[in-house]
Order: sequence, then structure tokens, then C-alpha cells
Amino acid sequence: MARLIRMDRTGHTTVAEWSAADPEAVARAVEAFREELDRGYLAMVSTGPGHAEQVRELPLDADTVILRLPISGG
Amino acid sequence: MAADPTVVGSRSDGDRETTTALPELATVAWRPRVDAARLDRQDALWTLTTAAHVAPFLLAAAVLVWLEPLLVPVALLCLVHAWAIPALYAQRGANVVRPGPRGAAGPERASVGLLGDLIGHEARALHARTGLVLEPGGLGTWVVGEAGALLVRHGRRRRVACWCVQVREPELPAGDRIAHLLLALRADETGFATVANLAFSGAPWRVRARMRRAQRPALDAARAAARAAGRRAS
Repeated sequence: MARLIRMDRTGHTTVAEWSAADPEAVARAVEAFREELDRGYLAMVSTGPGHAEQVRELPLDADTVILRLPISGG
Repeated sequence: MAADPTVVGSRSDGDRETTTALPELATVAWRPRVDAARLDRQDALWTLTTAAHVAPFLLAAAVLVWLEPLLVPVALLCLVHAWAIPALYAQRGANVVRPGPRGAAGPERASVGLLGDLIGHEARALHARTGLVLEPGGLGTWVVGEAGALLVRHGRRRRVACWCVQVREPELPAGDRIAHLLLALRADETGFATVANLAFSGAPWRVRARMRRAQRPALDAARAAARAAGRRAS
């Protein structure tokens, strides 16, 4: 089961879970994904040790998609 | 004219549209993208600036004593200034990895769990001891904290650059703060360094002395990794 995780004040929250074989779960996950992006979150997927990528569409084949907030210089 | 730092590239991989440039670069569009050559220049400029701050006080101390030995106390004050200026900059550098206040235990534990999923066993063990995450990169070895990161470049273990960069959400637990920086760093290392503000560049011993004792092994590990990378390269 793939997960869409948002890093937040609780540590993290699972926003959606889906399996590529379940179209309804996929649709819910895609909608949740877009809502989080609209709220200003950035979606990241790990692409191997030490590598990550920002995604703008929900990658249905990913195990975990992590939502983060923008960073800035202090 | 400097190239647009936000343009590195994006691609469509089937149904996955990805981007390799941090979107945060748009907020610092005037900055040229950091690369190894730019880091070299920043290091040199930092050394020159420090020397320009310190040298006049050293010179003044010497001249005062030469003119009038009774002015030794004033000369000593000049020497204190010459010592304090780089020390203050180094303190600013060490502050980028200073741990922030802790929130409730549950969220803190959950955030560390998520962070642990992102890093390997050794990095997890180091984080448990130091609260910092060691992350190898293309520019060097990074030590990522809650509000910034240290960079020891490959083969240059006698210098550390301290970068101030953070996520502006005060209620995030510590592990999430580090995970935010880690994911951004992994997505676009030079973009990460471009977004961050350089707080200090100089001798690691200056920064190490001002870090919390428990954190120091993380900087030591980064220096060891940088030395190993330098040996491999030569």
C-alpha cells in the first residue's frame, strides 16, 4: 500500500493510502495530493540512496510520497 | 548576466512530472547558482574579509606598544578585538546546527521515525548520538541540523562552511525540520546551497569548539569523510 505523508506538527500524518489496483483509492489520493499542493506543500519522492525528486503529479508507482514545506535562508 | 538559478530542468517520465530545481530558488532569483568554483570564491572572500577585520587590530596593538610601552593595556584590548571577531563569526556558524526547543514527546518521536526511514543505519546511529544527520553530496559531506547545515568539501577537511536554512513552521518537531532540509538537499544540492545563507566559512576547530559537545562527532565524521573522498580523488 503506497502512502502520501505530510510532515506536520504531529510528526507526520498519512494523508492518503492507495494501491494502483484500486481506482477509487487512487482517485482519493490524487485529490488529496492536489489539495496539499494547493496548500503550499511540495511533494518529494526518494529515488535511491541520497537522492530525491520533487513531483507535481502523484506518482502511482511510488511507495511513499512525502509532503514538505518550502525552505528559506535564515 | 547570471543564468537563471531556477532553471535546471524538468522532465516528464510517463505520468510522473518531476523537477530537479528547488522551487524555493525563485525567492532568491538574484543569486547565481552555487557551484564548486563559486564556493572557492566565497571561501577566499571570507578569509580576506576576516583578515581585513583582524589585521588592523593586530597592527594597532603592535604600533601602540612600539610607541609607548605604557599602552600595553590598550594593545591588549586590540588583541581581544582581533580574537573576538572571528570567534563571533564562528559562533554564528555553530548556531546553524544548534538544536531548537523540543515539543511534545509523541510528535518528536514520530518525526525521528520518519527521518530514520530516509537515512541509512550509520546515519541513524549518528543522529541518535548527535542530533545531526551526515549526508554525502556532490560538493562534499553535509551535516544537516534543524536550522541549517555544515559542509566539509571533498579533500578540504580544514575548512567548513556553515549554511543557515530552515523551514518556517515553528511547531514542526526536530526530526521533521531535518527531514525538510534533507529532502531539499537530496533533490537539488547546489540549489539548496543557493537558497541557504552562508553564516561562516573557516576553520572547523573554531566551529567545533562552539558546538555542543554531543554534536561534535558529526563534524568529525564529516571531516573524515571529506579526507577519504580527497584521497580517493588523488
